[in-house]
Amino acid sequence: MHSFGYRANALLTFAVTLLALICAMSSLSDNLNSPSPSSHVKVLNINWFQKSTQGNDEVSMTMNISANLQSLFTWNTKQVFVFLAAEYETPKNSLNQVSLWDGIIPSKEHAKFWIHTTNKYRFTDQGSNLQGKEFNLTLHWHVMPKTGKMFADKIVMSGFSLPVEYR
Amino acid sequence: MQRSWCNSKKKKSTIERTMGLIGETTVVDSIKSIQFRQAFSQAVTLGIIVASALIIWKTLTCITGSQSPIVVVLSESMEPAFQRGDILFLHMSKDPIRVGEIVVFDVEGRDIPIVHRVIKVHERQDTGEVDVLTKGDHNRDDDRGLYAPGQLWIQQHHILGRAVGFLPYVGWVTIIMTEKPIIKYILIGALGLFVIISKD
Repeated sequence: MHSFGYRANALLTFAVTLLALICAMSSLSDNLNSPSPSSHVKVLNINWFQKSTQGNDEVSMTMNISANLQSLFTWNTKQVFVFLAAEYETPKNSLNQVSLWDGIIPSKEHAKFWIHTTNKYRFTDQGSNLQGKEFNLTLHWHVMPKTGKMFADKIVMSGFSLPVEYR
Repeated sequence: MQRSWCNSKKKKSTIERTMGLIGETTVVDSIKSIQFRQAFSQAVTLGIIVASALIIWKTLTCITGSQSPIVVVLSESMEPAFQRGDILFLHMSKDPIRVGEIVVFDVEGRDIPIVHRVIKVHERQDTGEVDVLTKGDHNRDDDRGLYAPGQLWIQQHHILGRAVGFLPYVGWVTIIMTEKPIIKYILIGALGLFVIISKD
């Protein structure tokens, strides 16, 4: 009844249960945080705008992205994955989301940033619908916990448009 | 009542002693029957353990709607978000796939599904079907090089689920067991031995 094996088993069970409980509690504690992030994006220049040989419109642009995501960080946050996506509607597609830039924020100190960049990923349409197209730029973030539930949110910034002519 | 039973038992033992040979065989029989019962109950316990593991797995499959609700990360392509040996909980809801989500998908001609982030979504106006492009956070290029030859997009039917939860390190157990099967056999053997020798 009180052999070594039984005691080891009981201890292990207790330790694992406790660890699981702590993990669950730290994941739940994320819900207590109510973040208030802010962001601002400015399109500085359309570098070029053309139709590729496959017939898809493609744009290259220079942007200025600034954001403050410090309030997203809690003690259970491992990193925040942040990215800027262009979102627009075309006759063929009810929703197009194209990621233009992304970054990994490892800690709270780096969560207030300002970056001047061209689009990191190709801004290509499925087809040729981008001339004079109005689009939203949305800053998305995915919070990666040390353990538990992942969560995500976004800020939509509207009122951007592409030129009518290729350049 | 009890007293009379005791009496009869005593009587029986005296009879056995006098009868010698026949008495011995009945004792052996009773021991044998005890051993059989013990072995049987151990087998039942083992069956319950296996069955309950299966029940939990199948229930999870039903709740999450994903064929494999728990996956282990095997590659470094999503670092630093996911490391080798981390466990992901998948969910397969009706909600359409959106950019930024981490999805698990099958590629034709590959045995092991891939866990990567969605960077492009094109959703059809008429059918609502989605074309999705993925990329590993740690990789320089998108996943078109990993897809089947000529494949440009991932579609809904390739997707096994999206990651909703995360638990670090636990997956190392399975990685070690698949890479060093000897450890698996030792562990199973030790567990089996423990079940057999331990007495409730």
